[in-house]
Amino acid sequence: MAVQSGVEKPTRSTPRSRPAPLRRRTPVEWVRHNIIALIAAAAFAYMLLPNIIVIIFSFNKPNGRFNYQWTRFSFDAWTHPCGASGMCSSLSLSLKIGVMATIGATILGTLVAFALARHRFRGRAATNLLIFLPMATPEVVMGSSLLTLFVGMGMPLGQWTILIAHIMFCLSFVVVTVKARIASLDPRLEQAAADLYANEVQTFLKVTLPLVAPGIAAAAMLSFALSFDDFIITNFNASSSSVTFPMYIWGAATRGTPVQINVIGTVMFLVALIAVGGGQLVSSRRRRSAV
Amino acid sequence: MSAMAHGVAPGSQTGARTTASQRSSKTPYLLLLPGMLWLGVFFAIPMVFLASTSLQTGSLEQGYALTWHVQTYVDALQAYWPQFTRSIGYAASATVLGVLIGYPLAYAIAFKAGRFKNILLVLVIAPFFTSFLIRTLAWQTILTNNGPVVKFFQATHLIDVMQSLGLTSNDQLMASKFAVICGLTYNFLPFMTLPLYASLERVDQRLLEAAGDLYSSPFTAFRKITLPLSMPGLVAGTLLTFIPACGDYINSKLLGSTNTTMIGQVIDGQFLRVLDYPTAAALSFVLMITIVVLVAVYVRRAGTEELV
Amino acid sequence: MTEHPLMIQQKDRSDRPDDSGPATADSDLRLVGLTKSFGSFTAVDDLDLTIPQGSFFALLGPSGCGKTTTLRMVAGLERPTAGQVLIGQQDITLTKPYQRPVNTVFQSYALFPHLSVVENVEFGLRRRGRKNTRTSAMEALELVQLPQLANRRPGQLSGGQQQRIALARAIVNRPSVLLLDEPLGALDLKLRRQMQIELKRIQLEVGLTFVHVTHDQEEAMTMADTIAVMNAGVIEQLGDPAELYERPRTTFVANFLGQSNLLPGTVTGSDGDHVVVDVRGRSMRVLRSRCASQDGAVWFGVRPEKLRIVSEAAAVASGNELSGTVTDASFTGVSTQYLVRLPWDQEITVVQQNDGTAPLRPGQEVTVQWAPEHGFALDADQDAHAGEDLEDEPVPAGAAS
Repeated sequence: MAVQSGVEKPTRSTPRSRPAPLRRRTPVEWVRHNIIALIAAAAFAYMLLPNIIVIIFSFNKPNGRFNYQWTRFSFDAWTHPCGASGMCSSLSLSLKIGVMATIGATILGTLVAFALARHRFRGRAATNLLIFLPMATPEVVMGSSLLTLFVGMGMPLGQWTILIAHIMFCLSFVVVTVKARIASLDPRLEQAAADLYANEVQTFLKVTLPLVAPGIAAAAMLSFALSFDDFIITNFNASSSSVTFPMYIWGAATRGTPVQINVIGTVMFLVALIAVGGGQLVSSRRRRSAV
Repeated sequence: MSAMAHGVAPGSQTGARTTASQRSSKTPYLLLLPGMLWLGVFFAIPMVFLASTSLQTGSLEQGYALTWHVQTYVDALQAYWPQFTRSIGYAASATVLGVLIGYPLAYAIAFKAGRFKNILLVLVIAPFFTSFLIRTLAWQTILTNNGPVVKFFQATHLIDVMQSLGLTSNDQLMASKFAVICGLTYNFLPFMTLPLYASLERVDQRLLEAAGDLYSSPFTAFRKITLPLSMPGLVAGTLLTFIPACGDYINSKLLGSTNTTMIGQVIDGQFLRVLDYPTAAALSFVLMITIVVLVAVYVRRAGTEELV
Repeated sequence: MTEHPLMIQQKDRSDRPDDSGPATADSDLRLVGLTKSFGSFTAVDDLDLTIPQGSFFALLGPSGCGKTTTLRMVAGLERPTAGQVLIGQQDITLTKPYQRPVNTVFQSYALFPHLSVVENVEFGLRRRGRKNTRTSAMEALELVQLPQLANRRPGQLSGGQQQRIALARAIVNRPSVLLLDEPLGALDLKLRRQMQIELKRIQLEVGLTFVHVTHDQEEAMTMADTIAVMNAGVIEQLGDPAELYERPRTTFVANFLGQSNLLPGTVTGSDGDHVVVDVRGRSMRVLRSRCASQDGAVWFGVRPEKLRIVSEAAAVASGNELSGTVTDASFTGVSTQYLVRLPWDQEITVVQQNDGTAPLRPGQEVTVQWAPEHGFALDADQDAHAGEDLEDEPVPAGAAS
């Protein structure tokens, strides 16, 4: 039987389909066989390297204004997280706007998602287009066009214009996320509810909503992340008195980067890990017990 | 779990849907109203404002008037043509690199990860939730002048290769085309990987087994089956990378130099510093139209219409 | 029939489903001129049907015959194009599903994945504002012998268990009519047999009207008191299983229920109780009461198990007789099925019980006999192949399941 050396199977290997190599693989063969995994590992390194740098350098104590060279180890930034002036206030503004934008976009977007997923109506194509466009427009264009609107209307820039902009661009993402979840819902479950004496409102509250809830939660999380992290659109529509966290960092890039930025970055990463990881756990557990 | 489709007349699957829309034809409009109104007022109308601003003349002191001054477009394009092409070039490079890096990544997670699939997905998604400005600043640290990475590149003479390609200058990695594209690729990698993963995950393994049964080598099976089936994800990923990358200027500002200025920076500057609103609006609009045209051509060639 | 706890009338009624009391004889389900069209396609065509209260009724037919559509119209999930649905005197044609005293066991069970088993079962009771829903739900679970699964989620159950929970969920509401939409379709053979017996037992115990929709004729015959055979939106024949089987009135019923051999014949005369039919030169007799027409061309039918393959010596003089060649012998365990080619190249099916006699082999010349009272004759202008071996139609894109 010919030895199949270095043959790479695209499928999960089943024991019967991979003949045992009759000799050890040479390094070249090993590389060829595991090429995908190697590239993937390199890609992961590429993706995570900045995060790791952020974490490491949060323990740095640089000599100058910038945090690019490793000088010496210190807990200073962690013990004085709000030591950098203006950072914590920008953080709280971002959080505030993030929460409000999430609530606004999630509610509006969920309503639209239900309309699109469950009803037939004229103007469906136009609606889909209007939902899709914000996701396809560069932030520069969206931010600048909103600016022209506010300037044209004579509306003062600040928190509220930022909030308006955030709800606007989060909305499309909410619609897409929730709509996908609604579409995966078995319509027979709602028929069963009606068969079991639940009227339209009860069916919605007792059956539809609980089953769509994970989608809404995912949309809300996505919304918050997009809002919290947004810079370009925010920058266009803010004033000097309404500095969000990303705006603060942008300014810091020229003024001087305090180590506290890395502290926040590390915390965000950990929170994200826990949130996403926790979400995966919950959904996989639910998937195991779901029909 | 559900049994065969016996005794079900065509159309009765939509039984629930028929009754739903029979109930009230006003419900959908009421549901749509708040959201679409918001988008209409804060997305569509601004676009109109933008278009109209681009055709106005005047200044901040005197006020603006709509004069259909199309010359603004010509002047703007003449002045900033290089930045335009550069932006598209950088975005395209970042997209291609993104595919080269993201596809194997998505493939590995979908097919080779086994038990670790969820963990790996978390590791792909979680960085995305960390402020990208902070992470881009981290690239400044990584590529900092005379830092360990640069030293490595110098030692292996990779730096010379890159300089001959025009990617870097001064024997350093920062403030260069290389750094900007590196940052762009990095920033949009999750947007490339996740749709690809979603598509690849749906590929039925049994199709590949059938291909093997029909004398196809693993690579051919990939080329003929996996690759075509992953197209929707590929299209989504490339669009989600290319479109924002065209208008991005954060990477070029933080990691680049004056030689790497992208059109986004120009627009930003025109709007917020120079205060030349017509020019800025014109540039914005041209960027938008360019992207729309490129995307339309691309999508038609790729064949997937259903994006939302 | 013993009294079952679920049969006891409950005193507090919510006003939604207007149950005028299930135990009265006035709760017959009546379909009057019921029609449903989807555009130019008529799924159910002017159906008239009365289903007596407390009976186990089967609606039997192939895919696309309209039986599920009929069921959905009774449940309220489909609006009729014309006609009426009545329970007793109450016209429920246009009422919403949640206003009808009707419950459905869905083909896919449709158990709510986010609720536990017992929460699923008490769902209907709670919507109607009943008290002590938990107790009633547990009693229903006892009825289907699964009380131990009360706190599990549907996703953790096997197909058979889900099916029984779905049944409990419907039964606990004691509807005037319980609809079952091919509930056993997804189960494997042994489990299906078991569930058929279970369903029959439960129906007898609680005394509800069961309307069972199925394409499996064996299932219908096992379980139902009365069967209506549906084809292309109309009822071909209505009756109890034995009558439908032994005295089919159309070729569709003759072929769809079991198998039939249909031979081309012409009526030539009569002989007392019998009608004499000429089948390709051979004289055959059939009871007048089982003969559809008294003259002209007929399909002369007989079921395979009524045919006897005999040796020359044992030939009975007064029986109907044919000779032919065995072309196929299929051993099926309980019986052996033979295909016998007749002189005019028609093949008939003969089923012999495996009672120990030596099996025949292809190529053997045989004589086939049957008693006249086992045959039947149908109008010749019907399609002899109606109802025979219907192939699965290709599933249209995005079709229902």
